[in-house]
Amino acid sequence: MTNVLELKGITKRFPGVLANDNIDLTLKKGEIHALLGENGAGKSTLMNILYGLYQPNEGEIFIDGEKKIINSPLDSIKAGVGMVHQHFMLIPVFTVTENVMLGDEKLRGGVFLDRKVVAKRILELSQQYNLDVDPDAYVRDLSVGVQQRVEIIKLLYREAKVLIFDEPTAVLTPQEADGLFEVMNNLLDKGKSIIFITHKLKEVLKASDRITVIRQGKVVGSTVPEEADEEKLASMMVGRPVMLNVDKDPSNPKDVVLDVQNLNVLDDRSQLAVDNVSFQVREGEILGIAGVQGNGQTQLVESLTGLRENFAGDIFLLGNKVTDESPRKITEFGSAHIPEDRQRDGLVLNYSITDNLALNTYYLDPFSVGAILQEEIMKKSAEELIEKFDIRTPNAETTAGSLSGGNQQKVIVAREFSRPTKFIVASQPTRGLDVGSIEYIHARLIEKRDAGTAVLLVSSELDEVMQLADRIAVMYRGEIVDVLDAKDATKDLVGLIMAGVNPAEAKEMVKVE
Amino acid sequence: MTNKEKESKNNKSSISVFFDEVSRSSWLVPILAIFSGLLVGGLIVMFTTDEMYILIGDGQIFEGLSLGFRAMVDSFVALFTGSFGSPTKIIAALQSGDDLLIRRAFNPFLESFVASTPYIFAGLAVALGFKTGLFNIGAEGQLFMGAIFSVWVGFAVKGLPAIIHIPLALLAGALGGAIWGFIPGWLKAKTGAHEVINTIMMNYVAFRLSEYLLRGPLMRPETFTPVSPMILESAELPRFFESPIRFHLGFFIALFVAWLVYWFMFKTKWGFDLRTVGANPRAAKYAGMNIVRSTILAMVLSGALAGLAGANEVLGVNHNLALAFSSGYGFDAIALALLGKSHPFGVVLSAILFGFLRNGAIRMQIVGIPVDIITIIQAMVIIFIAAPAIVRSIYRLKEPKESDEQTFVTSWGAN
Amino acid sequence: MTTTLRKKIDYVSPSRQRWMGGIQMALALGIWAIFSRSLETGTFTTFVMTPGGSEFELPNWIFSTLPTLNTFAMIAFAFGAYQFIKGFGKRTNLILSIVVGLFVFSFLSWATAEKSINLAGLLKGTMVRAVPIALGAFAAMINERAGIVNIAIEGKMLAGALVSVLIGSLTNLWIGLIAAIIVGGLLAWVHGILSIKYKTDQIISSTVILIFATGLTSFVSARFLQKYQHLNSSGIFHSFPIPILSEIPFFGPILFDHNIFVYAMYFFLFFLYFALFQTRWGLRLRSVGEHPKAADTLGIDVNKTRYMAVILSGMMGGFAGAYFTLGSVGRFDEVMTAGRGFIGLAAMIFGNWSPFGSFGAGLLFGFADSLASKLAILGVNISSEFLLMTPYIATMIVLAGVVGRGQMPAASGQPYEKE
Repeated sequence: MTNVLELKGITKRFPGVLANDNIDLTLKKGEIHALLGENGAGKSTLMNILYGLYQPNEGEIFIDGEKKIINSPLDSIKAGVGMVHQHFMLIPVFTVTENVMLGDEKLRGGVFLDRKVVAKRILELSQQYNLDVDPDAYVRDLSVGVQQRVEIIKLLYREAKVLIFDEPTAVLTPQEADGLFEVMNNLLDKGKSIIFITHKLKEVLKASDRITVIRQGKVVGSTVPEEADEEKLASMMVGRPVMLNVDKDPSNPKDVVLDVQNLNVLDDRSQLAVDNVSFQVREGEILGIAGVQGNGQTQLVESLTGLRENFAGDIFLLGNKVTDESPRKITEFGSAHIPEDRQRDGLVLNYSITDNLALNTYYLDPFSVGAILQEEIMKKSAEELIEKFDIRTPNAETTAGSLSGGNQQKVIVAREFSRPTKFIVASQPTRGLDVGSIEYIHARLIEKRDAGTAVLLVSSELDEVMQLADRIAVMYRGEIVDVLDAKDATKDLVGLIMAGVNPAEAKEMVKVE
Repeated sequence: MTNKEKESKNNKSSISVFFDEVSRSSWLVPILAIFSGLLVGGLIVMFTTDEMYILIGDGQIFEGLSLGFRAMVDSFVALFTGSFGSPTKIIAALQSGDDLLIRRAFNPFLESFVASTPYIFAGLAVALGFKTGLFNIGAEGQLFMGAIFSVWVGFAVKGLPAIIHIPLALLAGALGGAIWGFIPGWLKAKTGAHEVINTIMMNYVAFRLSEYLLRGPLMRPETFTPVSPMILESAELPRFFESPIRFHLGFFIALFVAWLVYWFMFKTKWGFDLRTVGANPRAAKYAGMNIVRSTILAMVLSGALAGLAGANEVLGVNHNLALAFSSGYGFDAIALALLGKSHPFGVVLSAILFGFLRNGAIRMQIVGIPVDIITIIQAMVIIFIAAPAIVRSIYRLKEPKESDEQTFVTSWGAN
Repeated sequence: MTTTLRKKIDYVSPSRQRWMGGIQMALALGIWAIFSRSLETGTFTTFVMTPGGSEFELPNWIFSTLPTLNTFAMIAFAFGAYQFIKGFGKRTNLILSIVVGLFVFSFLSWATAEKSINLAGLLKGTMVRAVPIALGAFAAMINERAGIVNIAIEGKMLAGALVSVLIGSLTNLWIGLIAAIIVGGLLAWVHGILSIKYKTDQIISSTVILIFATGLTSFVSARFLQKYQHLNSSGIFHSFPIPILSEIPFFGPILFDHNIFVYAMYFFLFFLYFALFQTRWGLRLRSVGEHPKAADTLGIDVNKTRYMAVILSGMMGGFAGAYFTLGSVGRFDEVMTAGRGFIGLAAMIFGNWSPFGSFGAGLLFGFADSLASKLAILGVNISSEFLLMTPYIATMIVLAGVVGRGQMPAASGQPYEKE
């Protein structure tokens, strides 16, 4: 087989970081080459270089044996490289056709957009590759799975030979992921070659022909699935042996802490995002909410924490009705919240760590006496928390924005967990973090559970939910379709329910298999 | 920074390290911004000298340019003597020992502080808005409303001793401005309507309203000019010297208010609320702060400060209210709030600078330079402050150590 | 699982429904209490249906004032009551505008009871006064669709107004007009450098342009135009009827007997509609305003597109500025634009960032403007200062009613950074 793509000695420096250090990579025609590495290892940087979004400081790119200078995405598109980005590059208010044609428009009379021709081409491609989409639908109305198909069609429309998939399964159910692997194989049959970027070990073993592992910007090894297993890959990826399973004792649930009854919540576009949801969380248990992103989890969490108005239904916290209470009131009842987007919601990036640690207690004694802030006391308390939660920072006056993602999350955890809490909502608590930080956060959550706190864990990483939760509620299109006991739940079963299969049928299907 | 760069830095002599530090420091940019703004203003004066073009048209290019250059120098001299006073006159007056002459000689200098006073109030108003993430372009209208309220208390409320009348009239001014700030603040908080458009609309409404009042209910009896009655003596802010020096208590009130704003914003929990809402409204909401209340409170306080600027002018300087009495303090306040980095103490310094500029500009008018030159200079200063990279590249400064970027306002941002 | 649509429901919050109903009932009561009760029976209102100077005369429209007002009040109250109790759901805004329309018409009938008002003239004036607002809205739209917030339209208008009269006085009207367009573009270019290259906060950068333009135009006006009056008298573009179209009864003279600025407004309306939604240029422009990174990954030069949009918008602003001088009075006065640029911005928001919506909103503001001047002439018992406030207050009310419900370009106001 010939090399369609060859990267030689790619080095990329960002201020203070060496993101890619002399990386070599080859892609043979008709193979799926997996690029494995944990968050922040430099996978995406490498691919963004190949795609022309960044320019490397050193190194060369060869396509079909020919040296190419790639300065912009346009160069890379011309060279036959296409990328399905982790965060879809689709414009929600455009139709599928408009999204596909953007940048490579077909015109009628030299002036007007010819949407019909493009729509026809889309239908052809979708039949050829078995990618069902409606060219006239608006992207904002499509589920993420379909949006991903649109992304793939965008590449096929441009006749890409090399397709890069950047963490493509992050937003899919396990079954959808299997469907995607079929599509990928289909693409190989039609002469395409694929780079598959991921940090999920099982998928690498399942879908790839070759594996290259990178860590801290360097290639640390290459292998093939036949010669590898999960543990070997994990220790290559992290650089030390990793516990793949979270250690925890069986849960010991007691009184009900959170009681949600027939909750309905609207999203920003006044559409029903949470549809008549009822559930309870008890002391000393973790209730995990599984579901593909965008099925109402965000709105549910916002509603529970007072950040979003309810449409109908009630929420009780420790027997107090907190429906439509202010976030402060809910916090004062003993609720803690690790928000989904730590930089946007959880921190004030240009405030010091001290101020961020006091963000929801600054107005209370001892931080405020009367109306006057007690800066010395705040600082002392911050220094204690930095010590206790192992936040790596020069001092307490450093701005939160200058910390790494893992340490930013630790600031939030320190702030939320240092208060007396009865109830914790943890929303995507480990998104984008390295393995060390993930282990740390998981341990703290379990610790809180064992101390008798009720924990609601919302995560789109099914593995995380499976590992931590004692009970698993599955959300699909705004509804909680089923609540499973963790010991009865298998990944296949939860995956089917996440995809909208009726729970009873799903259980039958899993049994038959 | 790569290792190479680090090494080269270590090898530098201590003097070059010193220059390196200076070059990166954040106070250099404002100073250079002012300098550049003045320079651009001077060039505009030079190139709008009509006689210059007449001479150049006659083929006397060099004479024309030197005439234009002289016009620029003249205008800078006028700016200086107008704001600081003429050194020769001061010396002559001191030698003569005549009280009136001495007062006249020092008057321009003290008059600059009189001009600075409304700038301090108005600058604080805009700065407090910026700190809360709000862009109050309506300081001008709020200033008018403050002036209207305080002039009314000044002339219509009779029989009070000064110790009560003055604070009452000042508070009335603050109230007038606060009302004018409340409306756009409430609209922003409740409906998401952007304060920039609304405060500008409120400006126009305030102008029309003051026209109506000064031609009707507030018009001085027995006159036909749109001027209010004189305020009572008991409402006048006391002056420290005899005529012609108008330097009055307002300046020290302004300094006190600046300290008060500093204390409120940085030392109290309410200030923490406002600053957090300004820095990251989503995080503020998450942390349980009340965005609606903070937004309204910030606009009310901002309006009250602007209203005090108007009250100060009425009670301290004019002693009555005439049409178009402010001529743009509220707009200039935007520039000086930016220049002062929205910090109360920075605002005081910039306000004093602007006071000197404005007072000097009055003298410039005598040599034929319209006072609007100040507006142009201010615009240039804002450009250089808001885009420090421009100044840094013109003067070949190094990148600052800490980013001196500021976040001011958000887009139309409903919610 | 194929294309899945999320559940949709028509939702108007109960508090909003009550508010709307309350407002409508209040307007109905207003018609009755303020207008009807101050009239005696037997008064008539006369609407003249032919604008002044038009050859095609229509008979006047005369009707009995009181019964008309009472009918309107009842209709409006019925709408309001239904809205309050049950709600109109999706049609809430439509019903509100009908009730407001009834109120305005009632006010007009009341103000002209026993007198006559030239309705056709009022509407013709609306078209003229809508010009700077609609063009300002178009200018803002080109900008915002590309993701740049621009509150400096007013400044570009002022610059356009000054330069057009200056150059127009020195040469001729057409060159003056072109100069206005160029100077608008130049100012916009500076705006572009600040907000695109230096990534300055866009509201700050456009405020700077506004302050600069205000200062510079006032400066030049004070330093030159007052001294050399002949530089401040350019003359104006006169109106000319469009053959055939202007002969349509009633509408013809109102719509098709104007100067080039009104016709340019019509032209840009259709031009922008097609350009934005049916051409490659428009598709790319909008993509940059919605999701610049997505556009970048498809090889579209985000910053170049934004520069182009900003400069085109500035040119449009300069052109709109020339209306104040070349299209209206033929001379420049300091700050003569009197907030029209900002009202244009509000019109764009009200018009949901679309050409026809902005145009419609422009007409609405133009009507308020035209009405204020007409009523001042009629001698209605309201101080002219209050009438002059109406466009500004209307702007605020409109903004309060629509912001947050519109579809703003998603990346509006955000500088684009690759990393």
